Amino acid sequence: MTALDEIKIGGLGSSRKRVEDNRFIRGKGNYFDDVVLPGMLHMEILRSPLAHARIRSIDTSKAWDIPGVRLVLTGEMMAARNLAWMPTLSYDTQAVLATDKVRFQGQEVAAVIADDPYIAKDACEAIVVDYEPLPVIVNPTQSLAPGAPLIRDDKENQHDNVVFDWEVGDKDGTDRAFEQADLVSRLDLHYPRSHPSPLECCGSIADFNRATSKLTVYMTTQAPHIIRAAVALVAELPEQMIRIISPDLGGGFGNKVPVYPGYVVSILASILLERPVKWVEDRSGNLISTGFARDIYLHGEMALRKDGKILGVRMHTTSDHGAFFSDAQPSKFKIGLMHSAFSCYDIPAAHLTARGTYTNKAPGGVAYRCSFRVTEAMFFQERMVQAAADDLGMDQAEFRRMNFVKDDDFPHRTPYGFLTDSGQYRKCLDLGLEAIGYQDFQKQKAEAKSRGRLLGIGISTMTEPLGAGNSREYDILGIKMFDSADLKVHMTGKALLRTGAKTQGQGHETTWAQIVAHELGIPAEDVTVEEGDTDTAPFGMGTYASRSTPVAGAAVAMVSRKIRAKARKLAAHLLEVSEEDIEWELGRFYVRSAPNRGVSIQECAMAAYSNMPDGMEPGLENTAYYDPPNLTWPFACYIATVEVDPQTGVWDVLRVVAVDDCGVRINPMIVEGQIMGGLTEAYAMANMQFITFDADGNCIGSNFMDYLLPTAWETPGFELHEVVTPCPHHPIGAKGIGECATVGGPAAFVNAVMDAIKDTGVRNVDMPLLPDRVYEAITQRHDVSGAPPVKSDD
Amino acid sequence: MTSLFEEITPEPASDVPVRRVTLTINGERRAAEVEPRLLLAHLLRQGFRLTGTHTGCDTTNCGACTVLFDGRPVKSCTMLAVQADGHDVTTVEGLATASELDPIQEGFKQEHGLQCGFCTPGMMLTAKALLDENPNPSEDEVRWALSGNLCRCTGYQNIVKAVLWAAAKRRGES
Repeated sequence: MTALDEIKIGGLGSSRKRVEDNRFIRGKGNYFDDVVLPGMLHMEILRSPLAHARIRSIDTSKAWDIPGVRLVLTGEMMAARNLAWMPTLSYDTQAVLATDKVRFQGQEVAAVIADDPYIAKDACEAIVVDYEPLPVIVNPTQSLAPGAPLIRDDKENQHDNVVFDWEVGDKDGTDRAFEQADLVSRLDLHYPRSHPSPLECCGSIADFNRATSKLTVYMTTQAPHIIRAAVALVAELPEQMIRIISPDLGGGFGNKVPVYPGYVVSILASILLERPVKWVEDRSGNLISTGFARDIYLHGEMALRKDGKILGVRMHTTSDHGAFFSDAQPSKFKIGLMHSAFSCYDIPAAHLTARGTYTNKAPGGVAYRCSFRVTEAMFFQERMVQAAADDLGMDQAEFRRMNFVKDDDFPHRTPYGFLTDSGQYRKCLDLGLEAIGYQDFQKQKAEAKSRGRLLGIGISTMTEPLGAGNSREYDILGIKMFDSADLKVHMTGKALLRTGAKTQGQGHETTWAQIVAHELGIPAEDVTVEEGDTDTAPFGMGTYASRSTPVAGAAVAMVSRKIRAKARKLAAHLLEVSEEDIEWELGRFYVRSAPNRGVSIQECAMAAYSNMPDGMEPGLENTAYYDPPNLTWPFACYIATVEVDPQTGVWDVLRVVAVDDCGVRINPMIVEGQIMGGLTEAYAMANMQFITFDADGNCIGSNFMDYLLPTAWETPGFELHEVVTPCPHHPIGAKGIGECATVGGPAAFVNAVMDAIKDTGVRNVDMPLLPDRVYEAITQRHDVSGAPPVKSDD
Repeated sequence: MTSLFEEITPEPASDVPVRRVTLTINGERRAAEVEPRLLLAHLLRQGFRLTGTHTGCDTTNCGACTVLFDGRPVKSCTMLAVQADGHDVTTVEGLATASELDPIQEGFKQEHGLQCGFCTPGMMLTAKALLDENPNPSEDEVRWALSGNLCRCTGYQNIVKAVLWAAAKRRGES
């Protein structure tokens, strides 16, 4: 008898087609807006047209008069129930419906619940709000200016617009490094505000049943258990009577992690009306009020030795958090994992200071395909690295190579104190250079230059921390960031797996089954995966920050091993030998001395229900909670080549090469899909995708006509390559991949454009590299900054 | 019936106008009484429970609501239901027969042309209209045809491959 072929049963390394596709291609997905409950009412939110204004009065009488209106809620009515404000996931508070004043354009002011959404919209328009406009702050410079109006006058002890001051690293050691430097390279950068914009907006259906006291909420959430905990704490409802169901999600990208006022209002409305209440956010509401991303400024300095060695790094970031500090992020780290910058480089000393500010803009900052600000960290890192190489007159690839942590230098303490465990950064870079034809391109570039054409090549190399995280350091509101899996093997050897993660396009229904197949030899097609229902799934912290595979995926492997350990006892019983005489091969136990005598995992499963040994607990089910020993550290090299049109500032991508090491690949097809999606968002950030505000705080980018997303037409093609360095501590050696390309990609495009226009002496153009910005850089020969006064505010 | 969002609605205000529309959806004649302002996407989703038609932007940009209108792709979120009176509408639910998927559906699965699935119905219907008109499109022609449909997950490369896969299958190549 031969062992099973792992690829054939859909195990690790199999590019098995996705299970979830069967319903999606038929239009039979079950997104929250597809859910219709008997007697369901519809809610619409009235938002503030002003960015900063005191509310003098709200007159809802005309709204109440419209037939079909069931309830009109204002901040005052919320306050009467102690629900006008809610805690955020970052120890701040956020207004649910405004009471005293509005603090950003789009803030929730009132809500109407009606028989149909058209009526609810009509009624919102019938509400009259009398606002007294206040001075508006749209960037940190204004926010921190002496005498700036106080945005958060609701908070005791808040006398300025500073959210936090935070620092990490070795200040004295860094100062010494700068004293020894031959050269100091400096760069000021802005990572513009962006929005994740999953194609499905947010929303909820709250269904409170007075007879049973049970609250069921269908909700667009990437972290249903966190929501359940939050609802229990905010609404003071018993946790076992709250059921959060996150059905199919039309994308998330971090946009669906925070708790939004609409969820809370729909819940209260359902409790008051005792009927299901559905709230469907429209796209403008999504863009102007929900978790944005980035909006952060850097002043960076790098201490360099003449020969190219980096001696030290200083970073100071100023971040714009909007009116409420509502990010979901590990509570210990105020600016996320910004201090993961420079982790792939061997740098003796580094120091980071970070200041967070309030402004009259929508709250957020962390979201968007990013493990807590590592996107900004890696962008700043790779832009500083490129600028330093240019300042030294060194080849950008060689400069990186000489400063990389060497393959045999692991475990390695990073400049800001993380511990990385593995990496082959040179191999990854060299593979990328070879794939793009680095030397040839330099010749092409020189030749093109002689004919007035501007070609450029940009490199971005990085390692990023994923999989938050170990419970020593990572928690959200005190809840440790472990995750979980629950596996029930039925008597016929078919299985049901549930995890605390929540897929939103990553394909968990396909890949988790592959891990079970790898560990147990149960064919992947025999394993059903369910997620997102807090009444059935084990407690977990959800899916964001690329943590599914590193944490929940590890739990899937561990629970499978628990099942295998019990199956071994059953096998010993069936084979009438002692457990020590049993060997395992994929899908089968056999007697060591007689390999032909064996039982399959399916036979063991049947025995667990029909023929267990005396004294053994029946059944073959178990749960595992996984607390990872460390973060995982995937690494990558992204290289882009571009041509810039000097007459217009328009740049075209010629080629994009990506080399990713995400460790062991569970499903190569899905991994590649994740990388291509990430590269597209990287291209989007570099090229077009940003949200800005005019001086009055009006959001420029409140719909998809103004907020540009790349289409199939602009998006370049991608060439993918791989290096595989298994994660040393993950049970199957995987590291996570969902965000790598979004994180590392943008710098490759920007570096390429900067390389193309290097002869102008311009060192930086801030993202997005709009044609007018690039044209200005080329013709005026100066840097083009996105910092205030913001160019596009003109 | 003024509201399509409730099985039994209270008596509507007398000044709410109602129009009767009759249309063919996925080959079947259907009729409804609607407010003139009701959007086609909402008639399909709430009225006829064809929830494969998604709405993602409300401004005709994202294409998640794309349906075939007399064979041509239109964005049903900015079309009134009354405009569909007497016309033929195909939604994603009309692509497959009981036993067989459309080659475009197969292509999306084979080439991993979807992740969250939200843009997929609109993408597939736009692709079907393209292939009905041009059975052998180039990659650029596919990219141009799909440029009115946004995807936030895949980066389009696999969507383009999926459409080319379907084109080859429809031509009898494998």
